[in-house]
Amino acid sequence: MSNKSIKRIDKQAFDVDAWHKLQNFTQARIGLGRAGGSLPTNAQLKFNQDHAKARDAVHAHIDFDAINTALKQQNLSSIHLHSKAKDRTEFLQRPDFGRQLNNNSKEALLHSASSHKKGMDVAIALVDGLSSVAIQKYGCELVQQLIFEFNKLAYTSSSIMLVKQGRVAIGDEIGEIINAKSMVLIIGERPGLSAHDSLGVYYTYNPKLGLNDASRNCISNIRPQGMSIHDATEKIIWLVNQSFNKKLSGVKLKDTTETTENNRSQHSISGNFLLPK
Amino acid sequence: MAFKQILANQHFVFEDLKTLLAKATPLRSGDCLAGIAATSMIERAAAQQALAELPLSHFLNELVVPYESDEVSRLIIDSHNKESFTPIAHLTVGDFRNYLLSYSVTNKEIALISEGLTPEMVSAVSKIMRIQDLILVANKCVNITKFRNTLGLPGHLATRLQPNHPFDDAAGIAASILDGLLYGSGDAVIGINPATDNYQSIGKLVHMLDDIISHYAIPTQACVLTHVTTQIEAINNQLPIDIVFQSIAGTQKANESFGVSLSILDEAYSAVNSLNRGTLGNNNMYFETGQGSALSANAHHDVDQQTCEARAYAVARRYKPLLVNSVVGFIGPEYLYDGKQINRAGLEDHFCGKLLGLPMGMDICYTNHAEADQDDMDMLLTQLGAAGVNFIMGIPGSDDIMLNYQTTSFHDALFVRQVMNKKPAPEFEHWLIKHKIFNSQGELSDQSHLGPFADISHLLR
Repeated sequence: MSNKSIKRIDKQAFDVDAWHKLQNFTQARIGLGRAGGSLPTNAQLKFNQDHAKARDAVHAHIDFDAINTALKQQNLSSIHLHSKAKDRTEFLQRPDFGRQLNNNSKEALLHSASSHKKGMDVAIALVDGLSSVAIQKYGCELVQQLIFEFNKLAYTSSSIMLVKQGRVAIGDEIGEIINAKSMVLIIGERPGLSAHDSLGVYYTYNPKLGLNDASRNCISNIRPQGMSIHDATEKIIWLVNQSFNKKLSGVKLKDTTETTENNRSQHSISGNFLLPK
Repeated sequence: MAFKQILANQHFVFEDLKTLLAKATPLRSGDCLAGIAATSMIERAAAQQALAELPLSHFLNELVVPYESDEVSRLIIDSHNKESFTPIAHLTVGDFRNYLLSYSVTNKEIALISEGLTPEMVSAVSKIMRIQDLILVANKCVNITKFRNTLGLPGHLATRLQPNHPFDDAAGIAASILDGLLYGSGDAVIGINPATDNYQSIGKLVHMLDDIISHYAIPTQACVLTHVTTQIEAINNQLPIDIVFQSIAGTQKANESFGVSLSILDEAYSAVNSLNRGTLGNNNMYFETGQGSALSANAHHDVDQQTCEARAYAVARRYKPLLVNSVVGFIGPEYLYDGKQINRAGLEDHFCGKLLGLPMGMDICYTNHAEADQDDMDMLLTQLGAAGVNFIMGIPGSDDIMLNYQTTSFHDALFVRQVMNKKPAPEFEHWLIKHKIFNSQGELSDQSHLGPFADISHLLR
């Protein structure tokens, strides 16, 4: 057989669609190109990498000792707590366990509360939730800024509750036990492909067992590419002040502050460019 | 009524029908969370044996949710067609499985009995079926619907183009729509999940989609998936609504948690019918469902999540919808833990919907806290392709940047069409070929080809 019949194939640019510049308009994965009709190698690997980040964020072990040390350097004390979910597998399958303290944590908290019977204006909790990575990266900074602002306003605050395998509603039990007037619960949000390290904050006035989500205000997508820690702090302070005036939180306390959208794409064309003007 | 079964020298007693159904259900985390799942493999096997021996007629006498307190139960019983049921009235659940698998049973025979089937009968038979049974029988069912094109024909697979954007930015949405259309997606519907339920911004999106479909003369329909009451308001204000969307569930209480009831859905159906915007047909409702929704609203009445899901299809079929899909992996691992559970649930939902006469599609999807990945989705996608699913989702690169979950991409639809020789809806395919997006073999043109968007090429380059 003659070698002349064997030709080198041309390397094609599979990952260029003519409209790839539209990527400036959206973070959606458009203009990815294709090999045949299938995803080209680059897009496929990029997807896998983003999924890996999100999966690792869910399953990463949170190092609350490191957070405890960092808080100590700011003269902030903390209390380690654990939900009824014994590990990640149980946490993922039993959301009800993630909403309750385990017995040891409950006792420890009751003990602590017995020496601070007067309670406090604001309780603060850092909860791993579905992204330990978010809490590990940005949790301390948000707490520090909050405490700074609370001190200026002369609001009393709790030790920082460091909660493992926790979900949002665990704040109700914590707040009730320590007799907190309000609860700022900072939690790792469910990771998406584009963001695996977002913090969410759930604010509840007069936290008590048995409340539902209608009693909370939520601030979400807190991360450098989303809402900044500075803006989140401002919103939380606004919520605390408003709720203390109105003695409530949740759907009846509408957030009227301006939203900054740092991630809004800056592009020259706006609106539906598919139609002639 | 209690059901007794002896298996492996053990006596099992299942105290009523809903218990029997729950214990017979293949393992899934939601039923464990609800505390109603079988506690051993042998208990599940015994329940499946007892269920197989149960006459289908029993399902008309014992309801899983009381008739008096639940309007979905009343709908199921009151709309049951006794004449359609006659040919199978003497069969047990096990006989019924054999019947469905028989060579002699085709779409024609299934269509004749469909109105005689209740969701609970269909759910029951699915519990004693393997994945290949769910595929084989669903593949026999042909449920065709029409609005501006024809969906559900054998040998065809449609897609919902889902151009979601985190703050409903028109340019961002337009970019995803262009991408999708140039990849041959959008024949089932161009359907946006809006980030806000603000009426003004919903109105803008409704007009935007209508303008695009009209301007490019695309043989498809649009939908903005907001609450049904908002869509009724839009229709009353003469907005160009093609089809009305709503999430539904299988119990009255679960539907109440969505803010809907049969009377609200009736009102929406009558409103959208008054617009009469379909050109080929007037199937004009779109429903999404999903196992676990009743439990998450604490409205499951101790009924297993798959039976609750099948009951949602009784609600759907009242309105002769254009599209129905389960959003199978969206709800999270506390209901469907991993790829294996999502996969089976997706095939069950598709099978049950098809047998009940619905134009079933599927949102083949997962979240990042579920034990699932793209390989799992490929398995479900391929199996649903084999089962003859009417439509799947199409989203840029599988990544929904608004809802933060992963579903099937434009590329995924091309894959199924290629390996299974499936075509888009015929009218839409004609449009794709006319604009040289597809060639006559269904292959995409050169990557520099802008099809109908050549006029705006200066914006794109």
